[in-house]
Amino acid sequence: MIHAEGLTKDYGNLRAVDGITFDISRGEVLGLLGPNGAGKTTTLRMITGYLAPTSGSIRIGGRSIQEDLLEIKKTMGYLPESAPLYKDMLVYDYLVYAAEIRGLEKERRMERLKELAGLCGIGDIMHRTVGELSRGLKQRVGIAYAMISDPEILILDEPTAGLDPNQIAEIREIIREIGKKKTVILSTHILSEAEATCDRIMIIDRGRIVADDATDALKQSAAGRVVIHLGFRETGDADEVISLLGTVEGVEKIERVDGGEPGTSHFRLYGDPASDVRDRVYDKIRETGWRLTEFYREKRTLEAIFRELTREG
Amino acid sequence: MRAFTVFAKELRDYFVSPIAYIVISIFLLVTGWFFFTPFFLFNQASLRDFFALLPIVFSFIVPAVTMRLFSEEFNMGSYEILETLPVTTRDIIIGKFLAAAALAAALLVPTLAYPLIVSLLGDLDWGPIAGGYLGALFLGAAYGAIGLFASSLTKNQIIAFIVGAVLCFALTLIDKMLFFFPPQAVSVLSYLGADAHFQNISRGIIDSRDFLYFLSIIFLGLYGTSLALENRK
Repeated sequence: MIHAEGLTKDYGNLRAVDGITFDISRGEVLGLLGPNGAGKTTTLRMITGYLAPTSGSIRIGGRSIQEDLLEIKKTMGYLPESAPLYKDMLVYDYLVYAAEIRGLEKERRMERLKELAGLCGIGDIMHRTVGELSRGLKQRVGIAYAMISDPEILILDEPTAGLDPNQIAEIREIIREIGKKKTVILSTHILSEAEATCDRIMIIDRGRIVADDATDALKQSAAGRVVIHLGFRETGDADEVISLLGTVEGVEKIERVDGGEPGTSHFRLYGDPASDVRDRVYDKIRETGWRLTEFYREKRTLEAIFRELTREG
Repeated sequence: MRAFTVFAKELRDYFVSPIAYIVISIFLLVTGWFFFTPFFLFNQASLRDFFALLPIVFSFIVPAVTMRLFSEEFNMGSYEILETLPVTTRDIIIGKFLAAAALAAALLVPTLAYPLIVSLLGDLDWGPIAGGYLGALFLGAAYGAIGLFASSLTKNQIIAFIVGAVLCFALTLIDKMLFFFPPQAVSVLSYLGADAHFQNISRGIIDSRDFLYFLSIIFLGLYGTSLALENRK
C-alpha cells in the first residue's frame, strides 16, 4: 500500500529524516514511535505530500507521490498534531466544507455526517464553534474531518497529545474501530499508546528506524532478555566485582551503574536468556562475603527497549 | 470547482466575522470625508476627485483585507490541513485571490450612492463613472494579488500588511516621483505606476495597454505567491 525508499529530509544543515525505507500494507495499524524531535512528524508530512523529501521516493497504492500527488491526496485523510482546524467555524460547517472540498457528492453528505457523528461521538456538538471545544472534542472533530470522504489511509500525528486519560481512552477506541477496516498510521511518543492501538510498531530515533516489528513480536523479544540488577555495600572495588561475576557461566556482560543509595555500588548484569543465571550468580556472591543490598531481575518491557534504543549519545 | 469552495469559505469568513463590516466602514468614512469636503467648493458634478483618491486609499485598505489570507493559516497551522486536502496549490491561490477581489468589489458597492447623489445635484457624465468603476475593480484585484503575495511570505499578519501596503503605495506613487530617477529610467518607471493606468481608465479611455498592465500585476502577484508557497516545502 505504502512504500517508502531511502526517504531523507534536510532542514538546512539538520538532517531530520535519514534515509529510511519501509512498507506498510493494507489494513495495518502502524505506530510511529520515537522521542520528541526524532523525525516522526517530518516522516508523516512527507507521506502526506506536505513536505517534499530531499531525496528518496514514496509510492502509495502504486502511484508516485512526486507525480500523482492529487490522486494520492484523495485516498488519504490526515490530521496534523493538535488538530489545527479553523477556529471560528461551526463544527457542522467545518465538516460540510471538508466534504465539499474533498469532493463528496451532495446526496452522500448528510448520511456520512451522521455516520461520523456516531463513530466519533460528536452528534451533540455540531452547532458549537470549533474554537470553544475542549482538546478531546476538537481531536474527535479532527478525526471526523480526516475520515469524511472515507479514505483508505488515515494518518494521525500525535492524536492523544495533551488529552486527559478518559479522552485518551475514547480516542483509542475510535482509532481501533477505524483500524478494523482502514490503514492507519499514527505517531506518538507514548509507548503504552502504540502498544494498545497498533499492530505494528516502528521506532524512530534521530531520523533512523531503530526497530520495526509486529507489536507482539517486539514484546516477546523484550521478555526474552534477562537483566539482573545488583547492589553491594561498598566492599572492595568495582573492577573486582566485574571480573569475578563476569566469569560466571551464562553471564554475557556486566557493567557498573551510577547512582543508587550512598555507600553502595550498583551493577547491571545481562544473562543468557536460555538459562537462568540467578542461582549461579548468587552462589558466587556467597563465596565472597560481600554484602548484598539489592538483587532483582528487571521486568523487561517495551519501555525498556524503547529507552535503550533511543538513549542519548 | 475546488477553487470555488476555497473562495466561498474565505468570502464567508469575511462576512461572518466583523472584518468586512469594519473595513467597509473605514473605507466609506475615509473616501466620503475626502471626497465630499472639497466637492462643494469646486461646484462640479463629477466623481473625478473620488477616483483620484481611490488608489491611495486602496493601498492600505486592500492589504489590510488580504493580510490574513495566508499568514493566519501559517500561524494557526491550518495551512497544513489545507495543503493536504485534495486541492492543488493553484486552486488555493485562485480561491483566495478571488475572495480578496470580491471583497474589494464589495467595498465599492456602497459608493455607488455617490454618483446617484451627485447626479441629483447636477448634470453627471456617466461614461467616466462606468470607466472609473471598471478601473477600480481591476485596481482592487491587482492590489489584492500583491497583498496575497505579501501574506504568503510570513506568518505574521502585521508584517504581511506592511509589506503589502508598501508595495501598493510604491506602485501608486512611483509616477509622481519620477524626477528622482535618471531620465533613461523614466519611461519604464512611468509605465510601472498604477495610478496613471487607473486614471486613464477612469477618464473613460478604454486602452488595452491599461488593462494589460493590471492583468500583468495580478499575474505577477499570483505567480510570486505560488513560488513562496512552493518554497515552504
